[in-house]
Amino acid sequence: MTTPAIRIRDLEVHYPLGRKVFGKPEVLKAVAGITLDIPRGSFFGLVGESGSGKTTLGRATLAAAPISVGAVEVTDGTGEVFDVAKLDREAERRFRRQAQLIFQDPYAALSPRMTVRDIIAEPLEVMKLCKSRDEVNERVRDIAAKCRLNVEHLRRFPHAFSGGQRQRISIARALVTNPDYIVADESVAALDVSIQADILNLLKQLQRDLGLTFLFISHDLSVVAHTCDHVAVMYLGRIVEIAPPRDLFAHPRHPYTRALISAIPSLDPDDRGRAERLEGEIPSPANPPSGCTFHTRCPMARARCREAVPELRQMADGHRAACHFSEELAAAPGAAANSEKVPG
Amino acid sequence: MSGLLSVRDLTLTFSTDEGPVTAVDGISFDLAPGEVLGLVGESGSGKSVTAKALMRLNPGNARCGQDSRMVLTADGQDIDILALKGPKALRQVRGDKISMIFQEPMASFAPAITIGRQMVEQLTLHRALSRADAKLLSIEMLERVGISEAAKRFDQYAFELSGGMRQRAMIAMALSTKPRLLIADEPTTALDVTIQAQVIELMKELVGEFGMGIIFITHDLGVIAQTADRVAVMYLGRVVEEGPVRDVIRRPAHPYTRGLTNALPKLHDLDAPLTPVPGDIPSPLERPAGCVFHTRCPAVHDRCRDAVPDMRSPRPGHRAACHLLEEEPV
Repeated sequence: MTTPAIRIRDLEVHYPLGRKVFGKPEVLKAVAGITLDIPRGSFFGLVGESGSGKTTLGRATLAAAPISVGAVEVTDGTGEVFDVAKLDREAERRFRRQAQLIFQDPYAALSPRMTVRDIIAEPLEVMKLCKSRDEVNERVRDIAAKCRLNVEHLRRFPHAFSGGQRQRISIARALVTNPDYIVADESVAALDVSIQADILNLLKQLQRDLGLTFLFISHDLSVVAHTCDHVAVMYLGRIVEIAPPRDLFAHPRHPYTRALISAIPSLDPDDRGRAERLEGEIPSPANPPSGCTFHTRCPMARARCREAVPELRQMADGHRAACHFSEELAAAPGAAANSEKVPG
Repeated sequence: MSGLLSVRDLTLTFSTDEGPVTAVDGISFDLAPGEVLGLVGESGSGKSVTAKALMRLNPGNARCGQDSRMVLTADGQDIDILALKGPKALRQVRGDKISMIFQEPMASFAPAITIGRQMVEQLTLHRALSRADAKLLSIEMLERVGISEAAKRFDQYAFELSGGMRQRAMIAMALSTKPRLLIADEPTTALDVTIQAQVIELMKELVGEFGMGIIFITHDLGVIAQTADRVAVMYLGRVVEEGPVRDVIRRPAHPYTRGLTNALPKLHDLDAPLTPVPGDIPSPLERPAGCVFHTRCPAVHDRCRDAVPDMRSPRPGHRAACHLLEEEPV
């Protein structure tokens, strides 16, 4: 296999929680030890509840969150390797061009006082990537067309656009510098269902056409399952399971993944009240449980789970899961596939 | 029929600087006691203003149409909601007979007043209870919705509770006056999927226990499938389809409802392409003539551009407003 586009090793991101007079200052580990490779050209999904650290992980790979322990290496299309924790001024300038972020809320992410043309052109101008205004305009028109915006749109201000159109403007702005790596953080969460599918299809198409590597962060498992070729499930700053989406849904190897899948409201009105319901809520990352951090909510927790932290292990079927009892879970039938059949 | 709520030809127009905006255009529906009606639609479809109209909570620039009528039948008494005058009369539909649960529980609790005081305040206002009794009832309700250490939570502020806890407290508060009608406006949208499942489960239990009617507003068809008995699909201020939840989800009669189900990712078939509903929702300032959906409809033909389709009934109890349905108008 070629070198992965993103190589994350033992990454921890700490945020200070105020100082104590004695002893070490307390920290919140938003990301608590993640090792992960994101292959070049993949559409990599990251799911988890709020507070799982998925946004922080995404931002750490963009040098937008402090890397406290470990390393993140981003390799761009030309083979240049960026050590994200130690970027100097020059390297950071080149890195910013290669790695871009698409935000969640297209209503908050666009300045109401700039025309669409100026919004899309701003990265080019800030990074001084074009020699002339004509060149800027050409790049803007080119990328706008790829995002299905026409020349007429470029003259207007964002308030004149609907949510879906605004998200296409955000995408065009992220892509205008010709990046290799895109982090899309909940990029369809604020959109209506009928528009969401359109934006997902557009992102997939752009990824194929431009050969991008995508880190797609979402709380919605069904969206991730449909668009991504790999899915990582996060819980309290750690990855609990990684697998291709089909396998993940058919045979989850971690009890948290299984509970997440069964919590998705089924479209079948006769399929009400299914087996698995998670009790309680995600604990505070400032004070995570001992051992396996999921043991406080896990239906299969045993004594060992309270003491030993499970490693992310490679399973026979290609999954990687961090559970002491994955093998038992695989053997147990039932709760796995949550079929959303809409007959007729 | 001995219904709980009857809404006829509800039209709501807002006067704005850019001209009058019709947010709701002649919708009618009924609700029986103990029934859960799902109101589904995208942003701008008018579902929230419809709910607010039931409690007369829309701002001053909102006008109801001439023929609009909303009647709530509760405790042997018909309340003509639009005829209520003065704050005292309006209290009947604001917290007494009708309660509401909002989407963002952080925004709907007063941040500087304890949860308990807010619960007691509305109980003493709507029910002849002493403060001590109201406190007992409030703590009992908090326990009922699954809040641990209810007596302690009673003295806490909204910011001290997690999102799921806050929504439970909101439900406890809305139900403590034992309303006849509960309006839940996107009550699970801001919650994580595991917490959403818990809240849906709780609401189902409470319907059985309290027997009130519920209007459940959401944009998520999956949540509707899990909670509602009947569903009304709204688009640009009109109800385009209405019927029993099984019928509407399995055999949608309106192209918009079909479009919505096709746009949803399906877990059992990851290879199925996601089919968006083409185009964008038109601005309410430029409502299309004829059928409001014709600008995005894949099956559009000439008649749709001029004539407003009548409600037709493909099956008993199932109605849809589309010219392509061949049945006689109902």
